[in-house]
Amino acid sequence: MAEGENEVRWDGLCSRDSTTRETALENIRQIILRKTEYLLSVKETPYRSSEAGLLNAVSLDGLNKLLAHLLMLSKRCPFKDVREKSEFILKSVQELGIKIPRPLGHGPSRFIPEKEILQVGSEDTQMHALFADSFAALGRLDNITLVMVFHPQYLESFLKTQHYLLQMDGPLPLHYRHYIGIMAAARHQCSYLVNLHVNDFLHVGGDPKWLNGLENAPQKLQNLGELNKVLAHRPWLITKEHIEGLLKAEEHSWSLAELVHAVVLLTHYHSLASFTFGCGISPEIHCDGGHTFRPPSVSNYCICDITNGNHNVDEMQVNSAGNISVSESFFEVEALMEKMKQLQECRDEEEASQEEMASRFEIEKRESMCVFSSDDEEVTPARDVSRHFEDTSYGYKDFSRHGMHVPTFRVQDYCWEDHGYSLVNRLYPDVGQLIDEKFHIAYNLTYNTMAMHKDVDTSMLRRAIWNYIHCMFGIRYDDYDYGEINQLLDRSFKVYIKTVVCTPEKVTKRMYDSFWRQFKHSEKVHVNLLLIEARMQAELLYALRAITRYMT
Amino acid sequence: MEKMSRVTTALGGSALTGRTMNCHLDAPANAISVCRDAAQVVVAGRSIFKIYAIEEEQFVEKLNLRVGRKPSLNLSCADVVWHQMDENLLATAATNGVVVTWNLGRPSRNKQDQLFTEHKRTVNKVCFHPTEAHVLLSGSQDGFMKCFDLRRKDSVSTFSGQSESVRDVQFSIRDYFTFASTFENGNVQLWDIRRPDRCERMFTAHNGPVFCCDWHPEDRGWLATGGRDKMVKVWDMTTPRAKEMHCVQTIASVARVKWRPECRHHLATCSMMVDHNIYVWDVRRPFVPAAMFEEHRDVTTGIAWRHPHDPCFLLSGSKDSTLCQHLFRDASQPVERANPEGLCYGLFGDVAFAAKESLVAAESGRKPYAGDRRHPIFFKRKLDPAEPFSGLASSALSVFETESGGGSMSWFVDTAERYALAGRPLAELCDHNAKVARELGRNQVAQTWTMLRIIYCSPGLVPSASLNHSVGKGSSCGLPLMNSFNLKDMAPGLGSETRLDRSKGDTRSDTVLLDSSATLITNEDNEETEGSDVPADYLLGDVEGEEDELYPLDPEHVHPEEPEYVLPQEAFPLRHEILDTPSGPEHLQDKADSPHVSGSEADAASLAPVDSFSLLSISHALYDSRLPTDFFSVLVCDMLRFYAEQGDVQMAVSVLIVLGERVRKDIDEQTQEHWYTSYIDLLQRFCLWNVSNEVVKLSTSRAVSCLNQASTTLHVNCSNCKRPMSSRGWVCDRCHRCASMCAVCHHVVKGLFVWCQGCSHGGHLQHIMKWLEGSSHCPAGCGHLCEYS
Repeated sequence: MAEGENEVRWDGLCSRDSTTRETALENIRQIILRKTEYLLSVKETPYRSSEAGLLNAVSLDGLNKLLAHLLMLSKRCPFKDVREKSEFILKSVQELGIKIPRPLGHGPSRFIPEKEILQVGSEDTQMHALFADSFAALGRLDNITLVMVFHPQYLESFLKTQHYLLQMDGPLPLHYRHYIGIMAAARHQCSYLVNLHVNDFLHVGGDPKWLNGLENAPQKLQNLGELNKVLAHRPWLITKEHIEGLLKAEEHSWSLAELVHAVVLLTHYHSLASFTFGCGISPEIHCDGGHTFRPPSVSNYCICDITNGNHNVDEMQVNSAGNISVSESFFEVEALMEKMKQLQECRDEEEASQEEMASRFEIEKRESMCVFSSDDEEVTPARDVSRHFEDTSYGYKDFSRHGMHVPTFRVQDYCWEDHGYSLVNRLYPDVGQLIDEKFHIAYNLTYNTMAMHKDVDTSMLRRAIWNYIHCMFGIRYDDYDYGEINQLLDRSFKVYIKTVVCTPEKVTKRMYDSFWRQFKHSEKVHVNLLLIEARMQAELLYALRAITRYMT
Repeated sequence: MEKMSRVTTALGGSALTGRTMNCHLDAPANAISVCRDAAQVVVAGRSIFKIYAIEEEQFVEKLNLRVGRKPSLNLSCADVVWHQMDENLLATAATNGVVVTWNLGRPSRNKQDQLFTEHKRTVNKVCFHPTEAHVLLSGSQDGFMKCFDLRRKDSVSTFSGQSESVRDVQFSIRDYFTFASTFENGNVQLWDIRRPDRCERMFTAHNGPVFCCDWHPEDRGWLATGGRDKMVKVWDMTTPRAKEMHCVQTIASVARVKWRPECRHHLATCSMMVDHNIYVWDVRRPFVPAAMFEEHRDVTTGIAWRHPHDPCFLLSGSKDSTLCQHLFRDASQPVERANPEGLCYGLFGDVAFAAKESLVAAESGRKPYAGDRRHPIFFKRKLDPAEPFSGLASSALSVFETESGGGSMSWFVDTAERYALAGRPLAELCDHNAKVARELGRNQVAQTWTMLRIIYCSPGLVPSASLNHSVGKGSSCGLPLMNSFNLKDMAPGLGSETRLDRSKGDTRSDTVLLDSSATLITNEDNEETEGSDVPADYLLGDVEGEEDELYPLDPEHVHPEEPEYVLPQEAFPLRHEILDTPSGPEHLQDKADSPHVSGSEADAASLAPVDSFSLLSISHALYDSRLPTDFFSVLVCDMLRFYAEQGDVQMAVSVLIVLGERVRKDIDEQTQEHWYTSYIDLLQRFCLWNVSNEVVKLSTSRAVSCLNQASTTLHVNCSNCKRPMSSRGWVCDRCHRCASMCAVCHHVVKGLFVWCQGCSHGGHLQHIMKWLEGSSHCPAGCGHLCEYS
């Protein structure tokens, strides 16, 4: 068999022109049928040397990959014709006697029941446009998109930014971008993102050798490893020496523009890893762990949980344990509303002294360290992910618990709007604008609802969440009373925030279920958006401040 | 300029004296403000709040206002302002949202006077009323502005900007009740202090936050704003709609802006990030700053003119913990270092180029630019003394005119329309295109097509006719493109060239002489315009050389020499191969016998033809003797690049399409895409929509071929019920009738359907055209006066 004619080209499917899609699909169908027939014919021949068997296994593997991709298309393509046709091809292959895959798991997210999530095909026109854009750009509709579509306004900005970062003009070559994405996601052992970007990395012509570990990548990328590590876990330790080390490394040195691009990518993927774990995103259908060739009756044991490095198989079974009593959780919402109202009204009455305010921040900062859930046994990351970064033991370390004191970062001296934006936009034009928009949308997003209540001003709550996350990174707002955080965020919520932001790989379904029990899933996704944007901003602030200091 | 030259020395009492100096502060400064008497300055920051006396030689610390053992956030200042009427009164804005006033007249060590804790977020700006002793205004991150009466304990009125974050507030200097506020969302609002319910006027000034604004001290209603979008804009607020009068583009986001006293059009700016310098701009010359202060090592956070009537002293505070006094005469002036040059296209394709005379003069010793020789028909210098340019010592202006006809692009349009790009065998395409080119008098291009045909098609089919056509012609049509390369490549040995050089040199020396005298004259003016701080030299001379010294205008000069240059360029690279081909002579013989040789024009034949004939025919022979087509692909690619570089991207793209796979792989995608997009852009400028679409369709680059995939939706109304058709196809959802009926013949239209956008009726193209010859009303009888464009 000649390789050339059997090369499947998926990009035709991304076209908006239905005839182009049609021909591309037809082409795929023929290739698949050819391969199938070839396989069947080999099987029938009685003569079987070991070599032929090996060849057979290889081509079966290739076919299975194609089938898995088709399965993904049949479920997740925004174009109806493609969905139907791919299903038809799968069926016809099955009739020929080849096992076809079926999707595993429970929709795009393990935390959110599939029925809550928008089904592809039932979206409205605005969402369809978003889906089509996303599909055209990437050739797939990933689970992250399907979960984020709870908030289409944000999703649009998110996709635009991500598309610009990965595919549009920028100082870094395309395969570098994906590789940096892999490095960043691997810091949090996020196999979901790693898998996605390994595919993309190979697709844009990256060298497969690099994937065997960071030490196989060019020295230039290896140099970035240190920054990646510090940025992901202890961004406050970044100094201008880090920056200098990257910029002045003779032939391996980064340019300022490249560095800013890399920093934006790193922070983007660190926080995206937080989202992936925070919302329990399932593996993509066409990636490992997203589908199975076994018939459904064998077991409904989820491999996806294992491959995700999330040892929470039992979570699937115990999810009903979270429902303590409806009335109790009902009171939670009421109490929260009451507190917000109180804070709003009596803000002017009690006037805390300056020292009091300062100590509140310190207390909150210190406490944020201790809210860790007790069951944080060391998790050894899945092997295939861990090879993308060295020094696995380096994780988020609470600064006060370990006796380290972090100098407080004052937002009034270096903030995103005034300083960060200008720097990014200068070195990597247009990206500052895109990220700025994204921050704004995430921070200001509200539907004025809270659980079952309507017309609620949630700005106070959103600000508390945002500032709490920044507080965990030692970033202080002079004009914020950190006492409010204690009033508004209860312990289980704090545990969740803390885990998602700092050690996302440890998020469990129990954590997700146990905070804000009466709130809708869309609201929990909203919280996650706040978390990831606040985290991204915090990391960016530290990195950009170091760059600014280097430049002056 | 007139105003700028007026230096005011009337400074009330004694004139200010001092020098450029700086002093180290203990901490970064966030803002500074000057006392009324211009002898003291207050510096405020997160951990500094001090008053310095400005003495002749140095700054002397006079008072530290940060007292008390415990550092309080109330003292962490975002802004500070000194009252312009009362020298004992100061106000600060704290990052935690508190507004504090200070009375220096208090006997105790702690000068803190009043504390207003009404804002919920950081206060970004405080501002005293320019004439009223007790009125203070503040603007905060929480979106509110508050007006305080210092005799009372709380605010008098609150203004809501209905938006996040007030970045600056400024009382108008001229209008007692008016103040301006700027916002993070890019808006500027104008308020009447007596009407807190709503703003008088609001407009969007910048894209992104507006960090600062400043009222002009003299011109009523002039407001300067600076924003994160790196712009400084000057608005005229006296008109009903705020009018943008000037716009200065800086290189970093603008943090502060301050009008320069006594200089109507000058303002000083400093930036928020990255750039540490302070610039003084003349708003009428927005590209180069009039002056620049480069003392600071970190971003400048506060600037203030020392005295409201002295334009020479500027004070600044910075994140690098220094306080500086800058003297205008010590400023560096970028204009002096700049090499001003201007280039402009005229309506009819002329090019004008102006450059500083010294630069051009320096060139005259060298060989003139190749570009100079491109189309120059005449070369003249003229200077306009009315120009308000101040920075130019003197300048030379060159105007290059294109020959009449040469500038017209009709050949481009014709070629685009007539070229065949696909759908026929390669040989035919090449022949056709060669014919088209020849008919338009573009012989070199025609020759290229022919050669392509020879290279890529089987040799037996080459008709000798197409080989010879271009050799001798082309000279008289004088296309600029051809001329230019001919001259460049061939001319060095020719007499005309050297003559040209010399004549240019002559003109130069003449003008240089004139220049120096002009400079002498204007030097006196310089002294008088001292206040402008910019030396202004006007060159008054206006030189026009006699025609015959310059490049020959008349065709007689051109003609006799030109035929020598017209060798097709592509022949040259082949020369090496030619030498060792034995079969050459026979072919030469063949060609020489062909009847077309005699057809070539006589004047040309006498000089070049033999040579070029042999070249052509031998390359043909080469092919015969076992050279694969791939052998030429490098040359062909070079040729394509050559055309593209010459600006004839049309040729490059056409060849690319016609040859298809044969050459595509040898040229990288990016270049191809670039050519395609340039060509498509050109086609669209000439409204050649069909051709451009064809090119898009034929292109293989993905980025290009998706160009015609965008916005392909056509919205149609049903001709029956006049409502938009939602579903696909031509059957209306609502009235279930076919919408594409011809209004003339009442049959369903298949194929070209034309309809009126006004009444949705239409039909067969022919029918409608015929109908409209007789009547202008709609054929459906709806009474609409249809229009078809």
